[in-house]
Amino acid sequence: MSALSTAFTKALNPYKGRGESEQIQLAVIDRSMRGPALLFLISAVLWLLAGTVFALMAAIKSHTPEFMAESAFWTFGRVRSAHLNAMIYGWSNNVIFAVGLWLMARLCRAPIRHGGLLYAAGVFWNIAVTVGIYGILAGDMTSVEWIEMPPNVVPLLTLSYALIAVWGIVSFRYRRGEHVYVSQWYILGALFWFPWLYFVSQTMIIFAPARGVIQPITNWWFAHNVLGLWMTPMGLAAAYYLIPKVLGKPIHSYYLSILGFWSLALFYNWAGVHHLIGGPIPVWLQTAGIVGSVMMVIPVIVTAVNHHLTVVGEHSAVWKSPTLRFVVFGAMSYTLVSLIGSTMSLRDVNEITHFTHFTVGHAHHGVYAFFTMIMFGAIYFMLPRLIYREWPSATLIRIHFWCCAIGIGVMLVGLHVGGWIQGMQLNAVTEDGVPVYTFLEVMQNTRPWLMSRSFSGILLTIGHLAFAINFAWILLRVQPGPEASGPTLLQGESVGGGK
Amino acid sequence: MKNLPLLFLGIFFCIAFSWTGIVLSSHVQLGALEPATEQYVNPNTGDAITGVMASVEKEDGSSIQVEGVPAPGETLHPQAPVGLAQQGKQVYISLGCMYCHSQQVRHEGFGNDIARNWGLRGSVARDYVLQDRVLLGTMRTGPDLAAVGNRLFDAAGRDWHHSHLWDPTITSPGSLMPSFRFLYEVRPVGSKPDKLVVNIPNGHPSAPPPGYEVVPTAEGEALVEYLLSLRVDYSLPEAQLPE
Ligand code: HEC
Repeated sequence: MSALSTAFTKALNPYKGRGESEQIQLAVIDRSMRGPALLFLISAVLWLLAGTVFALMAAIKSHTPEFMAESAFWTFGRVRSAHLNAMIYGWSNNVIFAVGLWLMARLCRAPIRHGGLLYAAGVFWNIAVTVGIYGILAGDMTSVEWIEMPPNVVPLLTLSYALIAVWGIVSFRYRRGEHVYVSQWYILGALFWFPWLYFVSQTMIIFAPARGVIQPITNWWFAHNVLGLWMTPMGLAAAYYLIPKVLGKPIHSYYLSILGFWSLALFYNWAGVHHLIGGPIPVWLQTAGIVGSVMMVIPVIVTAVNHHLTVVGEHSAVWKSPTLRFVVFGAMSYTLVSLIGSTMSLRDVNEITHFTHFTVGHAHHGVYAFFTMIMFGAIYFMLPRLIYREWPSATLIRIHFWCCAIGIGVMLVGLHVGGWIQGMQLNAVTEDGVPVYTFLEVMQNTRPWLMSRSFSGILLTIGHLAFAINFAWILLRVQPGPEASGPTLLQGESVGGGK
Repeated sequence: MKNLPLLFLGIFFCIAFSWTGIVLSSHVQLGALEPATEQYVNPNTGDAITGVMASVEKEDGSSIQVEGVPAPGETLHPQAPVGLAQQGKQVYISLGCMYCHSQQVRHEGFGNDIARNWGLRGSVARDYVLQDRVLLGTMRTGPDLAAVGNRLFDAAGRDWHHSHLWDPTITSPGSLMPSFRFLYEVRPVGSKPDKLVVNIPNGHPSAPPPGYEVVPTAEGEALVEYLLSLRVDYSLPEAQLPE
């Protein structure tokens, strides 16, 4: 194995023996992905903004229910679902398509051929999501968590997904070089897992509904795995690629990355049922979910150690590179959110946190503080390489980082503390078994914490606007970039780190 | 890892494993669950049994456990939802009430659901077998509604729901539940057709102008029928109501 591992390390280190020809190779690959990746990125950013607006509305409604209560279109249940679907199917999936496919092409050293189909698929995907979210607001919502979009958009979503994902597989099939890097496994796994999850859940819940509580069981197998087997692998793939790349050194351990991948693939799968602990489902199933959740400690610690040992001693580089600042923030959040998640699945803890805002906080910890932050970092790295321009404003990047970091921090504290109090008060009983707090009291006590979430939402909005402005600016900048002035492959120092 | 087929097989195996373990096996275990009578009887002797399994003597004197059968002639529970209530469920689904209200009562000893009077007993899988869409929910910004019909019922319950949906602060001061007044219509007093008039205290900020009354739309009526239909006041072989 050690020969393999040395060879692997060599293949992995993007700097060792990197000659001009390799640079050209990468440039060719980047160019082949440029158009489709831009389409996905622009859509992703637009969805991020739309999702942010929905989020703010829902947040305000949660403590001031009179806000925009006049019409069914903007009622809380629909707006929060529009928010969720905009963020998952709009923002996350588009950014995954861009970053995942680009990483795959780069790692396989295989330019995307016939990228034209990708444009069509991307356009269809976004049309379907738009129609779906309009459907939610207009009253066709399914009220099945994470698949709220009306069934009529499902065929189009599925078709465009297939057309998009197939490129990842095609790149992999035509890869050059012997060695397959851990990011490629993650991407390959995710591209395969997502359609399976989506197809099964749509079939068993919407099109041919299974009996009784098999529906929610399937639902949580699906919904938790969208995070665990789709967004998480893609986030980790990006982190595994970007951290060594920007630092110019190989990832600490090949073996740890194998262990991390397979233990994640095996255990995350089972964790979803922990959303139904204490519910009307078989107890053995709940226990299986708890076991899966607790076992997640293994991949999480392994990945954390691997990343940490790669980054150790390079902290000033991490801080200087916008890419790494976001990515390392995300990677650290991954460790924390996963450990909290494992704890939440324990029955004694779950008894308190289940059904409260604690869970909502936890969801944002995963999807935002981990996944989204890493994807921001990936975009900061990727876009300059696609269009040969540098980010116009470092100040905007700083605003983006600080607003998002503080914003999500405030939200997480607010929802975790508020949710914990809510759970404790809901469960508190006197010696005679009478609830200590009335429901209305408990509800009132959540209000200040919900307001802190709206405040955090304002910070996040400012951060997203700063990002969007920088994004639009880099795209629209009219002055000729280095591309026009000379050999584009040998740009000077860039904000994002290595090539 | 150079071996692509092996990598792919592993990826496939992982998800197939959890899919079989979670989805398929719960289908095997629960997919054939039927409504039941309050108590099962022993299929051989016809005697009432406790729980689901009955002990049956075989010819050689040993005994085996078999599933009991519904007592002949007695009512089966849960019952199929009907008519207006079923339409009301669509309204409930389309407005996303589920994102603030769960529909599952946790058992005595786990959480405080029974003490809060959210149900007489914990919910079991059989309670849901006839529901076309199961809305267990995962959030309790508001109370659990699995058995809201146990506490709010008949004409008084209907009135309560309508006032509450028109403006939750009428019945629950400071409520964080949004108003659903778009399910209602404000019309001059005495308009036709005759409809139930929503009870709004005089001087409440949401009261209609003098000479006007508030009546539910068809959707509002259906939704309230659905809420009234959410009753769990029956025993099942595996889940008896407390004495
Ligand atoms: C934003 C969250 C939210 C949404 C959405 C929501 N509710 Fe509520 N609901 C609450 C809260 C909080 C309470 C407790 C205070 C009160 O009685 O108003 C409550 C109470 C109730 C009650 C009284 C239960 C009891 O036992 O006292 C009923 C019935 C109810 N809601 C029905 C609905 C229906 C039907 C919908 C959808 C049309 C809905 N709710 C949507 C938050 C919500």
